[in-house]
Amino acid sequence: MSDVTVEVMEKKLVTNQRPTDAIVGESPLHHADLASIASQGPQEGGVHFCEHKLLGLLTLRCVPLPQQQEEIESLLGVALPMAPLTSVTKDDTSIGKVSVRWVGPDEWLIIVPGDEAFDLETRFFETLSGHFSLVNISGGSTVFDVSGDQVVSMLKKSIPVDLHIREFPVGKVVSTIFAKSGAIVCRLGENQFELVVRRSFADYLWLWVQDASREYGLVVKTS
Amino acid sequence: MFYIYCPHCCEHREEEEFHAAGQAHIPRPLDPDACTDKEWGEYMYFRKNPRGIHHELWVHSAGCRKFFNITRDTQTYEIKEVYKIGEKPSVVANAVEVQNSHTQNSSKTPLENTLESQSGATL
Repeated sequence: MSDVTVEVMEKKLVTNQRPTDAIVGESPLHHADLASIASQGPQEGGVHFCEHKLLGLLTLRCVPLPQQQEEIESLLGVALPMAPLTSVTKDDTSIGKVSVRWVGPDEWLIIVPGDEAFDLETRFFETLSGHFSLVNISGGSTVFDVSGDQVVSMLKKSIPVDLHIREFPVGKVVSTIFAKSGAIVCRLGENQFELVVRRSFADYLWLWVQDASREYGLVVKTS
Repeated sequence: MFYIYCPHCCEHREEEEFHAAGQAHIPRPLDPDACTDKEWGEYMYFRKNPRGIHHELWVHSAGCRKFFNITRDTQTYEIKEVYKIGEKPSVVANAVEVQNSHTQNSSKTPLENTLESQSGATL
C-alpha cells in the first residue's frame, strides 16, 4: 500500500512506571481515606466497596497467530480468551494473580500485581514474536471491587447492561458506560463485580457509588 | 432508544454505547490527483439523505470500539441489518445503487452514479 518504508525499531523503550521507594505511590482515592472509613464506618450493608489500588494494567492489541497465542500463554500462565466478552483469571501463576479480559476482537486487558507489570512488559518485548502492541496503562486506571446482596440493584442504576445471571454469567466482561463514564465490568461472582475505571473518574464514581448505595447501606473494605 | 446488535461483541447493547459515523460505503477516488474539483467535492462533502433504506457507519464507542455498518430505514428507524466492514449488505433499496458505489474503478462520479440509480429506479 504505502511507498514509505518504516524502519522497524530494534528495541522499544519501556519505562518502569512504579515510583521508587523514596516516593509513596498513591491511589486516585487516596484523599478519600478509605482505610479510616473501613475501620470506623458501617460494617453491615447491602453493597460492599473495595479499591484494589496500584495494580498493573496492560493493554495488549494484536490479531494473534497460533504461535503468538502459545507465546502469550507461556508469558502469562493463562491462554488469551478468544471468545467475545469472556475473561480468565488464575490465582497461582508464576507472577501471582493474572486476569485477562476480552475488550475487543483484537484487544485484551491484562491485570497483574502492580510490581509485576514492568517485568512482564519487558518480557513481552523480549519474547513475543510478530506484530503486536503492548501498553502499560497502570497509571491511567484503577480497579474497584463491588459486592454484596444488593450490588446488582446498585449497578442497575449505573450501567445499561442486562445484569441477570442468565444474560451476564460469572466470568463475562463488558466494556460499557458506568454512570456516563467508561468502565470495563467483569462479573467475578453472583454478587461480585470488578470495575476498571479511569483514574480521573475515580473520585466521581466513588461519589456515585456512595449515592447509589445509600438506600442499601454501603460498607467500605480495604483490599 | 435503539437496541443495537454489535457484530463484534455478538450481542445487543443500548444505543448509548454507540456513535453514528455517517454514511457507509464512500469509496475514496483511487487517484485523487486526477480528480476534478467537482469529483473531489462530491467525495468530500456530499452525502445521501434518502427516505427509506440507508447504509450507515456506526462505532461501538463505549464497548469494543470497532466500526461496523447498519442498514436502517430512515422513515421507521427500523434497523434492517447489521454487518461488518468489508461485507456487503443484503438489504438494499435498489441493486444498481449499491453495485455502483462498490465499484471503486468506476470512472463515473458519485453524482452520475446517483443519477443513474435514480433513473434505474424509475424504470
